[in-house]
Amino acid sequence: MLPNESLVNFIFPNNAHIDWSLMIVIYPYITGLVAGAFVVSSLYHVFRIREFEGIARFALVAAFCFGLFAAVPLLVHLAQPQRAFNIFFTTHLTSAMSVFGYVYSSYMVLLMVELWLTYRDYFIERAKETSGLQRVVWTALTLGVTEYTPESARIDYRLTTFLAAIGIPWACVLHGYVGFIFGSVKANAWWATPLQPIIFLMSAIVSGMAMLCLMYSFVRWRTGRPYDYAMIRKLMTFLWGFVIIDFTIEVLEVFYVYYEHGHHWSLIGPLLSGPLYNSFVITQMLILSAIPFLVLAVVVIRAIDRKPLLYLANFASLLLVLQVLVMRFNVVIGGQNISKSDRGFATFHFEILAKEGVLPALIILAAPFVVYYILSRFIPIFDDDERLTAR
Amino acid sequence: MKQPETNGRRVFLSKLLGGGVAAAGALMGLRAPALAKVLEGPDEGFDPGEHDYVFVVDIQKCIGCGNCVRACGIENNVPEGQFRTWIERYVVTHEGVHVDSPEGGMNGFEAIDPALREQAINAFFVPKLCNHCAEAPCVQVCPVGATFTSPEGFVLVDPEHCIGCGYCIQACPYGVRFMNKERRVADKCTWCYHRIRRGQQPACVTVCPTGSRSFGDTRDENDPVAQILKDDQWDVLKPGMHTQCQVLYVGLPRVVV
Repeated sequence: MLPNESLVNFIFPNNAHIDWSLMIVIYPYITGLVAGAFVVSSLYHVFRIREFEGIARFALVAAFCFGLFAAVPLLVHLAQPQRAFNIFFTTHLTSAMSVFGYVYSSYMVLLMVELWLTYRDYFIERAKETSGLQRVVWTALTLGVTEYTPESARIDYRLTTFLAAIGIPWACVLHGYVGFIFGSVKANAWWATPLQPIIFLMSAIVSGMAMLCLMYSFVRWRTGRPYDYAMIRKLMTFLWGFVIIDFTIEVLEVFYVYYEHGHHWSLIGPLLSGPLYNSFVITQMLILSAIPFLVLAVVVIRAIDRKPLLYLANFASLLLVLQVLVMRFNVVIGGQNISKSDRGFATFHFEILAKEGVLPALIILAAPFVVYYILSRFIPIFDDDERLTAR
Repeated sequence: MKQPETNGRRVFLSKLLGGGVAAAGALMGLRAPALAKVLEGPDEGFDPGEHDYVFVVDIQKCIGCGNCVRACGIENNVPEGQFRTWIERYVVTHEGVHVDSPEGGMNGFEAIDPALREQAINAFFVPKLCNHCAEAPCVQVCPVGATFTSPEGFVLVDPEHCIGCGYCIQACPYGVRFMNKERRVADKCTWCYHRIRRGQQPACVTVCPTGSRSFGDTRDENDPVAQILKDDQWDVLKPGMHTQCQVLYVGLPRVVV
């Protein structure tokens, strides 16, 4: 079905190539993982959800690892990457995109300060225990503050709580802003909606929580340490709640456009029954949203525990991290499928080895996990082992 | 013993903050020269403030010869397969609308399919180019200010400054922008800005055999475009986008997008 009574698939000559491809798909995906993981850490620090105490540090480290690579896809995407810092030097403030550098870098600073406060007593401890080159490195990490008194622990705790508190709106700004970049493009019927920032934010939290569940379970399994089932249950309860909000808003958005039957539906109707039918309707909505929604409902309502909980939680989480990735694809590529001619659809072709191909995207997606693995060799990520073993 | 440490931390933090602000200020100062370089030295006798340019396309006069597309490509070194201007052919039937633009209409058009010809109730050509919107979304969204509006109202790209993010391409409702595959920066029609400043006409206008394309200054009463503005019988593309296009179409059928 073609839009606006078109007899042939007519696309504007300059629309034949889809400019924003896989790099722009994984950019909001990684940014979302940062925001989502950070929210879990803040749920403990600010909202005192005790079940998350054991994973608050883990969530922070994970957020940091994802954060390190959030801007990499953008850099790879730029046609003139050597001029990337112009976004700081010659900021054009009417542009939604121009504040990215400031929002992103300030958020990373916040994350790093919070991480440092969390780990500085450990750095001091290591600096005192080691010698030679190792000692130099650990001492450098203490930033010269080698004294750690009960008083400083108290101050650090208050500071961490404060940073976690301002970190929540900041994480929302970081990711809501990514949604705003798309939502404010009036030229694109599939993007232009004021709900876009909220959709992006909710799906970010979903992906972050689901990814934490997968990472946590994997690390625990690999290292043969016990699972904190109470924590997993709590995480799944929150995840279910965010899935409901996320799914509702996304469906609401499409339903509104359908019910209004205006200009936008003349393009989105054919888009959803054409280029996006498989990836949006079938994959994102019917398989990757509905199934985890039902699984999580069972987990939460039926009070499932221990191994069945672990398996169901990870099954739902796996589907949800894929759902959000597919959602990013459907937004970014789907919007560009619609030619500005309003009378046809451009086709997206997957490339494998090209600069913005599947392989570079997979490498960038894998990088945060590699960094996490390296960091976990040097700093303690979990601190709930004894508590769990004692139980 | 604790007191000096707190003070040291406070001094350190305030110095850090002061240094950061100073560095940011110095870096922001770099912006001015980049723009000044693009706009420097108007040609002799050319006062940007004295003109109000519009581009007029008369649909009834276009014969789809493709001269304009070829001339534009040569004048502006447009890479093959990309278009600063192009021509669309519309064939309207009771069943729907058939639109094509093979190679942007560069080499004219083959005769339409006889079956389609039978059904046609209207057929015409529509030249397209940058609308140089007064409220240009591309200018608004450029994160570094590389796309800007010149004092004469031309929407231009500074190729030395563009970072190639492609946001302007997404924001343009008319599909006139593209990522120049040779220069790797955003590109589009400039209304031949370099020619206008020398008192010449855009390349596409000079080669149009039927006068379908015209360009002029609405402040000049003797200019034919001033009369078109007075007659008020013109349309713009996608008026719902509210971008205040400065390319005016005369005789634009409603099916055109």
